[in-house]
Amino acid sequence: MSTDLKTEPAPEPGRTQGRFDGVLREIVMGNTLVAVLSVVLAVVVGSLMILLTDETVRETAGYIGARPSDFLNAMWTAISDAYTALFNGAIYNTNVDGFETRIRPLTETLKYAGPLILAGLGVGLAFRAGLFNIGGRGQMLLAGAAAGWVGVGMDLPLALHLPLAVLAGALAGALWAGLAGFLKAQAGAHEVIVTIMLNYVGYYLVFYALSKQGLLQAPGSLNPKSQPMPESVILPKLLGDRFNLHAGFLLALAAVGVVWWLLNKSAMGFRFRAVGENPDAARASGIDVGRTYITVMLIAGGLVGLAGVNQILGTATSGVTVDLDAGIGFDAITVALLGRSRPLGILAAGLLFGALKAGSFSMAAAEGIPVEIVLVIQSLIVLFIAAPPLVRAIFRLPKEATA
Amino acid sequence: MTLELRGITKRFGPLVANDRISLTVNEGEILALLGENGAGKSTLMNVLYGLYQADEGEILLDGEPLKMAGPGDAMAAGIGMVHQHFMLVPVFTVAENVMLGNESTGFAGTLDLDAARQRVREISQRFGFDVDPDALVETLPVGVQQRVEIIKALSRDARVLVFDEPTAVLTPQETDELMEIMRQLRESGAAIVFISHKLREVRAIADRITVIRRGAVVGEASPTATNAELAALMVGRPVELTVHKEPAQPGPDAFVVEDLRVLDDTGHVHLDGIGFSIARGEVLGVAGVQGNGQTELTEAIMGLQRHVRGSIRLGDHELAGRTVRKVLDAGVGFIPEDRQVDGLVGEFTIAENLMLNRSHGKPFVSAGTVRRGFLEDFAQRKLDEYDVRASGIQARASQLSGGNQQKVVVARELSRDLSLLVAAQPTRGVDVGSIEFIHKQIVATRDSGVPVLLVSTELDEIVALSDRIMVLYRGQVVGIVPADTPRETLGLMMAGERPEGSAA
Amino acid sequence: MTDTKITVPVDESAEPAVVPLRAALKAPIMLGIVTMLVALLVGFKARPGKTTFRLGTDSDFFDLPEITVPSTATVATVVVLLAAITAASAFVVSRGRRTPLWLVAVFAVVAMTGFLAWAAAGKTVPVIGLLAGSIALAVPLVFGALGGVLGERAGVVNIAIDGQLLFGAFAAAMFGTIAGSPWGGLAAAMLAGALVALVLGFFAITYFVDQVIVGVVLNVLVIGLTSFLFGQVLAEHPQELNAPDHFERIAIPVLGQIPVVGPVLFRQTILVYLMYAAVAVVAWALYRTRWGLRVRAVGEHPKAADTVGIKVNRTRYTTLLIAGLIAGAGGATYTLVSVPQFGEEMTDGAGYIALAAVIFGRWDPVRATLAALLFGFATNLSGVLSVIGSPVPSQFMLMLPYVVTIIAVAGLVGHSRAPAADGVPYRKG
Repeated sequence: MSTDLKTEPAPEPGRTQGRFDGVLREIVMGNTLVAVLSVVLAVVVGSLMILLTDETVRETAGYIGARPSDFLNAMWTAISDAYTALFNGAIYNTNVDGFETRIRPLTETLKYAGPLILAGLGVGLAFRAGLFNIGGRGQMLLAGAAAGWVGVGMDLPLALHLPLAVLAGALAGALWAGLAGFLKAQAGAHEVIVTIMLNYVGYYLVFYALSKQGLLQAPGSLNPKSQPMPESVILPKLLGDRFNLHAGFLLALAAVGVVWWLLNKSAMGFRFRAVGENPDAARASGIDVGRTYITVMLIAGGLVGLAGVNQILGTATSGVTVDLDAGIGFDAITVALLGRSRPLGILAAGLLFGALKAGSFSMAAAEGIPVEIVLVIQSLIVLFIAAPPLVRAIFRLPKEATA
Repeated sequence: MTLELRGITKRFGPLVANDRISLTVNEGEILALLGENGAGKSTLMNVLYGLYQADEGEILLDGEPLKMAGPGDAMAAGIGMVHQHFMLVPVFTVAENVMLGNESTGFAGTLDLDAARQRVREISQRFGFDVDPDALVETLPVGVQQRVEIIKALSRDARVLVFDEPTAVLTPQETDELMEIMRQLRESGAAIVFISHKLREVRAIADRITVIRRGAVVGEASPTATNAELAALMVGRPVELTVHKEPAQPGPDAFVVEDLRVLDDTGHVHLDGIGFSIARGEVLGVAGVQGNGQTELTEAIMGLQRHVRGSIRLGDHELAGRTVRKVLDAGVGFIPEDRQVDGLVGEFTIAENLMLNRSHGKPFVSAGTVRRGFLEDFAQRKLDEYDVRASGIQARASQLSGGNQQKVVVARELSRDLSLLVAAQPTRGVDVGSIEFIHKQIVATRDSGVPVLLVSTELDEIVALSDRIMVLYRGQVVGIVPADTPRETLGLMMAGERPEGSAA
Repeated sequence: MTDTKITVPVDESAEPAVVPLRAALKAPIMLGIVTMLVALLVGFKARPGKTTFRLGTDSDFFDLPEITVPSTATVATVVVLLAAITAASAFVVSRGRRTPLWLVAVFAVVAMTGFLAWAAAGKTVPVIGLLAGSIALAVPLVFGALGGVLGERAGVVNIAIDGQLLFGAFAAAMFGTIAGSPWGGLAAAMLAGALVALVLGFFAITYFVDQVIVGVVLNVLVIGLTSFLFGQVLAEHPQELNAPDHFERIAIPVLGQIPVVGPVLFRQTILVYLMYAAVAVVAWALYRTRWGLRVRAVGEHPKAADTVGIKVNRTRYTTLLIAGLIAGAGGATYTLVSVPQFGEEMTDGAGYIALAAVIFGRWDPVRATLAALLFGFATNLSGVLSVIGSPVPSQFMLMLPYVVTIIAVAGLVGHSRAPAADGVPYRKG
């Protein structure tokens, strides 16, 4: 390849780069405009789906030639009702009285955002070290089960019980993810495959524990569910009992700060990033790549584990079930990608997806739109964001000077 | 039959890789394309072969313009290429590789492997190759793989053959054999383009020489031109072909390797009980054709190889079996053979790359936190000291030219207190200006009393810099000889022949 | 292009290498461990009583008797046999050769017999039902794995098999109902699988988006899309949109009456017979045809393929689309055979088991099929055992495919090498 034509910096085509060439680099470093446009595009597609499946719209489309205004009105009603419901459910409800009730949706958004941020940090941190952590579901389940086990299995004062349960959860998540890191370091087992498989292994392990008297199953019960969490391990409510927002959100904020310091300021984060960008060069520079993989996965799993803890000790305290992850393990991947694996980006992405989640329930209740519309929008956002040239082409933006 | 390139221009963004290049090659003729690394030779050939589309200009065969949408068109026009990095599928057999893209088939697209085997045998016989059509390519030595590449081109009835830096992986003797094959092809009427930056080889084989610099044709030369004339044309200014250095003042032996054995994961032996020593203030050059254990030797020293037996002593430290970090801490500097793989993190800034192997403590890290201010001052100083041409210390390493990237690596390694420098292919893919600079740094390091292990497949570089030369062949030391040993002798040693009276 | 590969980190302990032996030793060691586990069953958890194996059905040429054996004695015999096979394996390895595959297969059958004799003590094992059910359960896995093998052989990692199965199941239910024929449903399922493949290709091949990301996201997208449409449309009009006719079982004359083999292999639905054909055709096409040679070249060394005039990305697209058609057909199993209606997330992650089969089967269509059958067997066994009331929690049986895959990728059984350019987008130049 011709690379030495000029001495001043110049973009060089066809150069072999580290494994972060292209996509992952764009995820980590791409620009914010593309992120915003991706969200816009995804919302447009989501709107189209609502329109296409709306009964009134389809009926009016039948006689569109005769009365086009009916059709347009129906379209407008379907869309505006949907997004009004979304707004009412996620930010500020104008349909009720009293500021406290009206602002309640915002606190719900924050409640949903907490675990998304925590798990998103776990996925994003691993990304920065070049690892795909697709094992969020398994890590959350084991973390939830461990925290729940400490919760129902021990009888301790609040000051001790809650921290111990949180710690147990984080530790369980860390070890479950660390196993994938260990297998990658020792045997070169691809972490994508291992974490996917560990999701299912974890699922069945927790399922087994929940089906077995003496392990986690509530005494005398036949359902795969544990007892409810006792008061002494429940994360305190932040705004009093009228709101569901609990201390899990503070945990998430603290985690954002810690991960930010780790990645941007610490020597350990420097090594994480070096391994992520070019493991060969890292190894030749005396960085123990294997140990880095294990460390990163332990921390990442701990963060995802905290998301599980947030669920069982904060949001869904009625007992451990195999559904306690509530899809957050996979949502976290989209959060990390939208947030470009940077802590502050993940914070923003977590808040956005938290709002979508909170709003989707009110959309379902008010307009009968299935909550899964959020999954569609979420995954479209990530697809668009991962392909900036596509977004640029759709919006007819100029190409970036350096690809 | 005449192939003509007329006014070829190829741009990559703002960078002009080929600037209105025109050249002609006739049947029964060998045209050498001479130019520095990065002068644009390979880009031009990729245009000729249809891998790139030219932005301007045209390719004519016997005066008819060719439409080049892809390599398929080039092959159909009778253009074949022997690539620098072989374009062979390692897990396929020779026959499968030769037939790929040009398969003879039977019922419902079933492969006719027998026909392919027959074709391989036929061409092998014509040129006296010994190639088994059913051998897996990954099991063949590089010299044989190159012949498979040639068979592949000939099996498509190529009349124009492009050889892209074909001698980089060959011993001097294999190079001679290759040249014989090229002559044979010329006699049979083929037109041959021989791409190289090696003056000696170009002069030995070419009928005409076209010199390229910075993407443009700068002149024609005849094979009777001297090395100095060709070099000056290639670089654009008079070049010193020798490195100035004072005679070595070797001190006591500081680095001693004994009975070193290195195996890979499959149990294959790469170094078979080698031993040597280097004195303080001495450069030991390791010569040999690529793939004879040089990579494993440097990696074994650095702690990058898994299965290492024997002893590697630096002063009082035993390095064999130590981690990379311990080796670095013992004061070993390392210029890896492929800077983009092992030397630099492309997405890191120059500053970050300069602290890459010192992220575990002082002076760049305190209390687990990177000292940004200190790092930036340090990086700015090194940028000036090593004449790295970049927009600043925050420029990403991947944005630099090869020469400047290598200077960053050299700056990083030489800014520590060294007790040994291991330099592997320190000037590969680097422009001549940077080569001169890096050579001076290596000599200066020697003169400061540090033992230097220099590995290079460029015999000229080894001869210019070394105080003694060790030749490796198939994982063994053929001999350790003085630097003024005749090239012919070194060439024979690189093919495994022991010189008279040398101590291994 | 970038030659990115998955780097295998190296452990720092510089041990002397006796690697080939160590690699070959894995087989006898694994066999030994299994032998010991089975021995522990008799040693510590012996279950008294007799186990009955029922081998016959009503319509065979001749009737095989039920075989009734004493549980503990049988397991003890099995342990002896297993120990003998392990010893044979160790002997072969000590002579510098690898353990032959057939020996491992015999070992597996013997070990499974022992396990069943133990687990079903005092009960009857319906062998035919167990095996025939395994095949039925394995159908989507086999189709999915074949699709996965094809994609990865061409260099495109396909995590979205699950999405293809689910979308196939959805399309089969909806269009099978509209068309009023399961064949219409099957065609729609195949197109749905190809559509997911097309989107995967669009992002992964044309826009160089990381294939793992696209795959994972596509799975979520398909879950969202099908669940949304199910809630919005299908659930509103179940009779018009979600009540497909299903494929009936067809017993093949003669072949279907062979004892054991007949009822297991040849009294199945048309989808199963299509599956047999698909496996054979894919294996033949991949290894024996021009198309297959090119697909494999593109997956191993795309630049080499490019330099001989093969259109790398076009080859990847077509291969991916064919793979999508195949995987989509697997999805049809859910709604045209098992339960003739669509339900949300009804594949329940089966695509990930198919992915596991691809890896466990070392990217080879026949091996991947065998792996998928094995996983189908494990799933069905857990069901059968829980029906006859066995001491083994079904969760551990269901966990099996995932655990063996982890063991496989960790290199503990055999050495698996993915196609060299698997997962690497091809950029010219």
